[in-house]
Amino acid sequence: MKILVCISSVPDTTSKINFTADKSAFDKNGIQWVINPLDEFALTKAIKLQESQGAVVTVINVGDAATEPVIRKALAIGANDAVRVNLDPKDSYSTAKEIAAVAQNGGYDLILCGKESIDYNGGSVPGMVAQLLNQPFVNASVGLDVNGSEATAVREIEGGKETISVKLPAVIAGQKGLVDEKDLIIPNMRGIMSARTKPLQVVEAVSSEVKVQGVSYDSVPPRAAVKIVSADNLDELVRLLHEEAKVI
Amino acid sequence: MAVFVYAENINGVYKKAAFEAVSYAKAVADQAGDTVTAISVNPTDSSDLLYKYGASNVINIKDDGLKNFSAKAFAQAVNEVADGNTIVFPHTTDASSVAPMLAVMKNYSLITNVLEAPESLSPFQVKRRAFSGKGFMHAKAEGNGVIITVSQNAFGVKENAVSGSEEVKNLSVANEDTKVISHEQSSGKLDLKEAEIVVSAGRGLKGPENWGMIEELANVLGAATACSKPVSDIGWRPHTEHVGQTGKAISPNLYIAVGISGAIQHLAGVNSSKTIVVVNSDPEAPFFKSADYGVVGDAFQIIPALTEKIKALKG
Repeated sequence: MKILVCISSVPDTTSKINFTADKSAFDKNGIQWVINPLDEFALTKAIKLQESQGAVVTVINVGDAATEPVIRKALAIGANDAVRVNLDPKDSYSTAKEIAAVAQNGGYDLILCGKESIDYNGGSVPGMVAQLLNQPFVNASVGLDVNGSEATAVREIEGGKETISVKLPAVIAGQKGLVDEKDLIIPNMRGIMSARTKPLQVVEAVSSEVKVQGVSYDSVPPRAAVKIVSADNLDELVRLLHEEAKVI
Repeated sequence: MAVFVYAENINGVYKKAAFEAVSYAKAVADQAGDTVTAISVNPTDSSDLLYKYGASNVINIKDDGLKNFSAKAFAQAVNEVADGNTIVFPHTTDASSVAPMLAVMKNYSLITNVLEAPESLSPFQVKRRAFSGKGFMHAKAEGNGVIITVSQNAFGVKENAVSGSEEVKNLSVANEDTKVISHEQSSGKLDLKEAEIVVSAGRGLKGPENWGMIEELANVLGAATACSKPVSDIGWRPHTEHVGQTGKAISPNLYIAVGISGAIQHLAGVNSSKTIVVVNSDPEAPFFKSADYGVVGDAFQIIPALTEKIKALKG
């Protein structure tokens, strides 16, 4: 079985998000980059399938050379090899197109992704890849088993869960629950050393078509100073919520 | 050209997110001087509910093959009937699975997590959520067609009654790639992303056995319950309740956080709540800086007392 895991390089979850002075772009100064946490669930699931079923796991990232440390981390976690498409991605569509182009001839049985990236939050790449490849798509997956040419996926639905069987090849977008948080793999020294010699192929982009432009960016406006209400005077809190905020 | 909107239903019953998406589509149509056509798959609810928010046409797709959800099959069905250059979806799990596939089928731009009415229609430009709630992006669509998904509870449900007409379309879309094996719906529980009030708790509650008082407060308020990441990681609460950067992003009218210190990752998922109340025994908890109202003290005394007072208010 061959699995392609799509990873995105994103600002660490503790990052404060700033924009350039002219608000035209995200300010990358001082940012630590990590594997998109939702992609990490997908990667760990793939490594579990590698251990249990002998799957070969390839990671793919669409990004410039600056994303290579994050790709190496994915290799240190256990991926067999990696592909970097040499393009600074501008939107979900251009990213999906590059992934689909690589996947087209790769003969992958399964493409795993996080359901969205924590930076641009498009949540669109997995579904677009599936459609570009004309494959079935399961989003928000919180469980996955593979049995031959079929997968059983559990997906989150509003107020519940649904278990479905999916014919492979397919695209599955995962989130927390696909594997437990405690099962996420922290690379050990052996993994880090072996990652240095694992193949990382760089391919050039096939298309530069962009469908959505980020014109400008705003920070979240600060809230007014908090009103502290005494724990002995909860009537006042109820009054404020009822009369001032008008939310109860 | 008419604005189309996907009116999502669950087991035939329209979701609140569907009414919000129709409200949004009506605002776009008013800006464009046009009308709204709503599309629904196998609804049992009356189309009157959609006319109420501004849809003047409703296309009801009838297809036994679409009794179970499949992103690809639903995208194909919508593709067959959505004959406009603007298509609005709610940003629910199912709709945001369909929208990217449809965008590729139609070769349209896709802008997700939209928060406000468009800034311009030609080119289509709109404010959207980005950086997990730590920033906003003004996104511009290239080309002629655009699909948008509207972030839940952001634009709001707005009544705007029009007289409408309904059309039934019988389709038979192939749905062979996926098959539903089982379906579990927890009954009587409010959907976290749709809820207008959310009561949430963190490690300050000391153990899962103490969640009864959070549920009671939520019941009195008609609220959904949520939790912080550490609490779902330890397994005190299901991960479906985790709100934050790697959990769910929510925008209720009222968010009450109990025993949550307010890490940057937690704030990212909840800071678009309209009003935030923080209850914490630590006066230095960073969450107080992002709250509208704060109470410093012991949650085990404050929450039951607050519940009683709200009960009294509601009579």
